[in-house]
Amino acid sequence: MILSDITNFDQIFRENLKTIGRRDTEIVSEYRADALNHLLRLGLPTSSNERWRNTDISKALQTDYSIFFEDFQDQLKPEDYFTCEVAGLDTWLITLLNGWYTFKNSPLRILPSGTIIGSLSRAMVECPELVENHLGKAADNSENAFTAMNSAFATDGFFIYVPDGVEVTKTIQMVNVVSHTDPIFVQTRNLVILGKNSKLRLAHCDDSHNHNPGFTNSVTEIIMAENSNLDHYKLQNINDHSTLINNTYIHQEAGSKCTTNALSLHGGFIRNEIFVKLNGRESSVDVYGLYLMDKKQAVDNYVFIDHAAADCTSTEMFKGILDDYAHAVFNGHILVRKDSQRTIAYQSNRNILLTDKAQINSKPFLEIYADDVKCSHGATVGQLDTNAMFYLRSRGISEDNARLLLMYAFAAEIINKISIESLRDRLDDMVKKRLRGELSICDQCVLHCKTPDKPIEFEIDLSKV
Amino acid sequence: MLLQIKNLHASIQGKEILKGVNLEVNRGEVHAIMGPNGTGKSTLASVIAGRDIYEVTAGEVVFNSLNLLDMPVEQRAREGIFLGFQYPVEIPGVSISNFLRTALNDIRKYKGLEPMPATEFLAKMEEKKKLVEIHSKLTNRSVNEGFSGGEKKKNEIFQMAMLEPILSILDETDSGLDIDALRIVAGGVNSLRSEKNATIVITHYQRLLEYIVPDFVHVLYEGRIIKSGGKELALELEEKGYDWLKNGG
Repeated sequence: MILSDITNFDQIFRENLKTIGRRDTEIVSEYRADALNHLLRLGLPTSSNERWRNTDISKALQTDYSIFFEDFQDQLKPEDYFTCEVAGLDTWLITLLNGWYTFKNSPLRILPSGTIIGSLSRAMVECPELVENHLGKAADNSENAFTAMNSAFATDGFFIYVPDGVEVTKTIQMVNVVSHTDPIFVQTRNLVILGKNSKLRLAHCDDSHNHNPGFTNSVTEIIMAENSNLDHYKLQNINDHSTLINNTYIHQEAGSKCTTNALSLHGGFIRNEIFVKLNGRESSVDVYGLYLMDKKQAVDNYVFIDHAAADCTSTEMFKGILDDYAHAVFNGHILVRKDSQRTIAYQSNRNILLTDKAQINSKPFLEIYADDVKCSHGATVGQLDTNAMFYLRSRGISEDNARLLLMYAFAAEIINKISIESLRDRLDDMVKKRLRGELSICDQCVLHCKTPDKPIEFEIDLSKV
Repeated sequence: MLLQIKNLHASIQGKEILKGVNLEVNRGEVHAIMGPNGTGKSTLASVIAGRDIYEVTAGEVVFNSLNLLDMPVEQRAREGIFLGFQYPVEIPGVSISNFLRTALNDIRKYKGLEPMPATEFLAKMEEKKKLVEIHSKLTNRSVNEGFSGGEKKKNEIFQMAMLEPILSILDETDSGLDIDALRIVAGGVNSLRSEKNATIVITHYQRLLEYIVPDFVHVLYEGRIIKSGGKELALELEEKGYDWLKNGG
């Protein structure tokens, strides 16, 4: 299927509706049909669309992808793909392969605290009221074609529910691996629900296992009730031919606190869209991102923060290192509504370009209707500091190592925001490897895969600064 | 002879700063270079260390029988040159211990040695910290970031102690120091003095030389050394200023 022809979607939806919606409740079924209408009305974005002005997705849309509405992977052995957890990181691991929950037909896991972990398609059967009450509450199909497409077609993904007052002590790790012999189009839908005064740490990894092109269109909705607390990490390490659209919608009620950190280490094309609605007083969100890209890789971060209540705080910090012909885009939009007084909103985007062919488009956008607010934004683009280079080399440090130290130091500001120590150490190590050009796509996420490392072909060329 | 500078000319952006410097330093000696602002003292230090913003237009610098001017910065450091910076650079995100371990191991690699084992490295750090009264937490912090003037200069001497250079050039190490910090920094330098190494101290003031007593004092003026003498020359300069020399005295 070629994605660029929008009429294909209408036809495919009708032809496969029975399969796509086999577990839908009535409400979910209506939601799908409505989403399809939005998709057909919106069409797919082109560079004439303001939000896609600096990013050309047309090539990925021209590829002929396989698309599946039923799990086709009967002989799957999950342990071949998801093995060897990193020492010291004790997690509840849930896994998707090509968009399908790997323990298919297994019931939801219900922890003693009442926390529910499992697949969305299973949750529609076992706890339909939770799904109905939350699905689509944060995501907006009316303005975003990829989100509408996901809402119409996605059939599986992760489901997590944390009841009121529960603190989940182990980190939950959601891993989505794309690995298929032909180009494959994968749509996953994740739903995370946090009850009042609950606490959760979530690591969300997107990886590829081979060098075949894949297209993942993922939507994650996170609904946070009063005074809940979430630590969220997105780790992205996909191959050069892959496309990943990762739309995350976070809805926060009063007093809730969220930290989300997107670490893009490798990818063909990655688009992270993060929408946060601070809907209750004294809620706060920290949105961090780090991207390390080379060759012709592209990463595009779009962050929209809606200060819809008074006394809320948002902090955005995105940093990137770009080598070769890599291209990055940062769009940060902060909306402070009329009655959202005493808002504090900070935004910064800092970049190091290692070549004159690497490119960054950075655009802050503040839309402020309240009068008592503290907002700031800033964007920088630069090279490595020559004074610091001289200082390091004057101590006997080689030019290459001096560059590595400085690049690592630049990235470390984001890494240090990771509050889970074992994860921070692992990421720290991965970033060092990435900067040295030693990171393989199989050395992924917080897992190691069993397959031998592929030849390394994506190093940052240190001689070019 | 450890260091021999012959007729050194250097310029920056086409402007000549050093106009024929001659200097000889032997092991075991401490030399002080004094002079008014803008006469080329820091330029001389930077050119010896290998800062590439300066262009050497004539002359030679021989260190330990090696032609120093042919070497990149890091190789000079590995051969034993150390520059104590007038304005140490802040490097956020790089811890002092990581910085020094990288430096030590790059130097060791150059000399064909294995990397220093972690325990040995830590023990060495503990030992050298005492020398300049650095408290233990400082080395976990980023290099010079948020350090006071005194801490920055102590950190320079600490690095010198860790790297054990043969020739140390201390560029205005006394600037921005109160008397207590000055005493500590000078104490550190003195305890590192030996028959095998040499020190060049660049300073404006005689004050530092009460603590680090030089064997020779040179006056650098308008890119040339116009007078050399023993430590008593510093006292004379303190008393008379530089004007009497400018007029060919």
